[in-house]
Amino acid sequence: MAVAEVTEAVPTAPLRSNRRRVVRRILHNPLALTGLAVLAIAVILAVFANWLAPHEPTQTHLDRAFAPPGTAGYLLGTDDLGRDVLSRIMFGLRASLHVGVLAVAFSLVVGVPLGLIAGYFRTVDALISRLTDLVLAFPFLILAVGLAAIRGASLGNAAIAIGIAQIPGMIRIVRSETLRIKSLDFVAAAIVEGASDAWVLGRHIFPNAGSAIIVQATVGIPAAILGEAVLSFLGLGIQPPAPSLGTMLADAQQFASRAPWAAVMPGVAIMLLTLAFNIVGDSLRDALDPKASRR
Amino acid sequence: MVDNALEVEDLVMHFGPVRAVDGVTLRIRQGTVVALVGESGSGKSTVGRCIVRLLEPTGGTVRLAGADITHLSRRRLRPHRRDVSIVFQDPAGSLDPRLSVGDIVGEPLRLMRRKDISTKVSESLQRVGLRPEVAQRAPHELSGGQRQRVSIARALISEPRLLVADEPTSALDVSVQAAVLNLLADLQRDLGFACLFITHDLSAVEYLADEVAVMYLGQLVEQGPRARIFGHPAHPYTQALLSAAPVPDPAEQRARRPVLLGDDLPSAIDPPPGCRFHTRCPVAVDTCRTVVPERRTIGEGGHQVACHLVKDDGTGPDVRPTEGVAQ
Amino acid sequence: MKPVLAVKDLSVTFRTEDGPLSAVDRVSFEVGDGEVLAVVGESGCGKSVTAMSIAGLLPRTATVNGSVELDGTELIGADKRTLRSIRGREVAYIFQEPMTSLNPVFTVGHQIIEVLRTHIGLNRQAAHARAVELLKLVGIPSAERRVGDYPHQLSGGMRQRVMIAMAVACDPKVLIADEPTTALDVTIQAGILDVLRGLRERLGTSIVLITHDLGVVADLADRVAVMYAGRVVETAEVHDLFAHPEHPYTVGLLGASPAAGRHAESQRLNEIPGLVPVLSEQPDACTFADRCTRAVDTCTSSQPQLTDGPHRVACWNPVRDRVEV
Repeated sequence: MAVAEVTEAVPTAPLRSNRRRVVRRILHNPLALTGLAVLAIAVILAVFANWLAPHEPTQTHLDRAFAPPGTAGYLLGTDDLGRDVLSRIMFGLRASLHVGVLAVAFSLVVGVPLGLIAGYFRTVDALISRLTDLVLAFPFLILAVGLAAIRGASLGNAAIAIGIAQIPGMIRIVRSETLRIKSLDFVAAAIVEGASDAWVLGRHIFPNAGSAIIVQATVGIPAAILGEAVLSFLGLGIQPPAPSLGTMLADAQQFASRAPWAAVMPGVAIMLLTLAFNIVGDSLRDALDPKASRR
Repeated sequence: MVDNALEVEDLVMHFGPVRAVDGVTLRIRQGTVVALVGESGSGKSTVGRCIVRLLEPTGGTVRLAGADITHLSRRRLRPHRRDVSIVFQDPAGSLDPRLSVGDIVGEPLRLMRRKDISTKVSESLQRVGLRPEVAQRAPHELSGGQRQRVSIARALISEPRLLVADEPTSALDVSVQAAVLNLLADLQRDLGFACLFITHDLSAVEYLADEVAVMYLGQLVEQGPRARIFGHPAHPYTQALLSAAPVPDPAEQRARRPVLLGDDLPSAIDPPPGCRFHTRCPVAVDTCRTVVPERRTIGEGGHQVACHLVKDDGTGPDVRPTEGVAQ
Repeated sequence: MKPVLAVKDLSVTFRTEDGPLSAVDRVSFEVGDGEVLAVVGESGCGKSVTAMSIAGLLPRTATVNGSVELDGTELIGADKRTLRSIRGREVAYIFQEPMTSLNPVFTVGHQIIEVLRTHIGLNRQAAHARAVELLKLVGIPSAERRVGDYPHQLSGGMRQRVMIAMAVACDPKVLIADEPTTALDVTIQAGILDVLRGLRERLGTSIVLITHDLGVVADLADRVAVMYAGRVVETAEVHDLFAHPEHPYTVGLLGASPAAGRHAESQRLNEIPGLVPVLSEQPDACTFADRCTRAVDTCTSSQPQLTDGPHRVACWNPVRDRVEV
């Protein structure tokens, strides 16, 4: 048995772990906190819309059409059919978040494995990368129209179209992370000890690519929400009378001069939501960046 | 019966047009330490990576404990993996930041589906001078020296016959470097593994290595027992390397004058014809520019040199100014 | 003799997420005309930060206190115009990594000529001739041809020579060389050290040599300042320091340095146990106390100050028995 003296003391007090550092950085960033608060409110409004909404979102009251914001019982006013704008925004948020999460989940499920494979195995890299270029070159709207033509216009199909459009970005991020991590010595050390490709990918590369994937997903959600607004505006997304922020905008433009609030309010909601997601995504990227800890 | 932990025969590794390693022959007897010394671009790390089969050699053979592993597939290689481990230079990059120290050290055993891993991990950590509690820590909580100890603990946990140490102390501070070198020396003596110690720093291996092999532009120029290489270096490049490293003693250092070789290291894409060192060699003659020098044995203990100017009895030109000669 | 560079009570503190971090703590030293002062220490000891604060290269997050006088001109707190006229002209800086400090899209000649034209106002022809002269001075063979080379066409050693040529283009009083040979191979390092020695002899440039390598110190320095955890712990004439180190840290550092031909038969290297402390945690103690084998009670309760005289040491229990290392 070898006896090497204990020559180097181990720090007695545990230093802050990575995760705690990230949390601390977010908490010390007022902008990120504001973004998080906006997101939390949006999620609560969307999830509990059934209980929180003051009115049925699809219930028409023609006698109360075009009530301006501030009218008793209608905080944000009503639209041309007398439907409560606030209630419709709440349910619209639900649709938007639904599409955002679904689309990003779709791009994760397809994009992460493809990105890992493309980055790790040089033989299939060229193939996957050319396919990625192909998807990128394909106009998104034609894809969405095509999908709607084949499978019908619905929120789910809109999410799939948006998700497909987001796959190339996800593949590229994961691929470049994989390439970076693959070149690090701990991967070489694992291979020398006899690790299989699956082991290296699952135990070393994927966990280390995690933060980049999280950031990419966070900025993918607002892009998907905007995409949903565009598709619904064109009638390719959610079907009336069910509200989404995009269809509310589309409907309101017909009477925008008479009741501008019916267009402005959902517009502001879209803006706040995407802004909040982008801010949180950016601060997450900064917080996860180990280089930013340097003085 | 296997005497040699490692036999490398005429190893060649080309990356496209880059002739990184061009015919290296090297043997490491069981339980001995061979230092592979060279400067950047000499191909020394590439030799190390071929031996642990991170690279598949372009030519030649690599035999680990007698078994030819030169072209084995990843799967066929697996039974031989326990015979060899590697420690890298960069203490930051060689430990997975997402894993605990315990998981890192235990990984080789887990890959061999061994049992009782945590006990072995504790033992291995203690052996390198760390407390077993370190197993719960993350790599970024440790200092550079501690991380390098973790790397060594991991490399030795599977009790390999051969350890390839690729500049294990080059990124460390002087005082920490000394501790890690001492640790490696102790472990090597106690556990008896063979070691290929790759370094650019001759002084780091003087008291660790049994034999020294000096590489220049993809080829070995001289190899032999430590005392011979340090005491009677025959090849002009070895002599220059020894004289160039400044010694921490002002009186002595100022009395010696290093051999100035000029800054331009030839490219490994288009290495010079004849002796590859002739473009920087202060004593090169016409033959050196055209004829490739053969490796010849010039002294006891297998002292070999590849230089036209060294005679068979080991005498030859000494490029060092007189006051720099040993003895 | 009046020093060319006088650093007095220099302190540098960085603002970080974890609060202020003290990197340099009341460092004082002087560099005489044509003298080579080596500032030696391990990573994190504050030697590079000290050098950068002299050249005014620290980021905005740094707070610098104390005094740095160059030939009688105070640099700390000086206005931007003064600093600009001094930097590059009176004080020049060479870095460890020569590739990143050269602009890859211009020839080396162009870059040297640029320096000569902006700082000295030479005309193009004169500047070109001077550039060739400078490249010869730093030992670049066939300088007339090399002047038209781009940085990527040069080897690492050649690039560092070009950096030195640029640094001395304006004949600075002080050259700060921050680990000038660390990124280079030993056979190339020897040549660079030779160039630096030549500069001092031919131009009389004072050099502040920042390094971790005691071999380099032994080769080039006239005087040495040993830094540990942000403080200068010992300073002395180079032969005196190597022969009679007084601070236990210096003794440890010398013992830990491997050198070819000095560890003949399996002799162990000396180790310094423990870790380098964070400076801000130890206001009233010797920062080396918890790694020191010679520590006494005073060491943990009071900070030792540098003694006076030619060989100065900050230690409560210095090594005075003149043990040969």
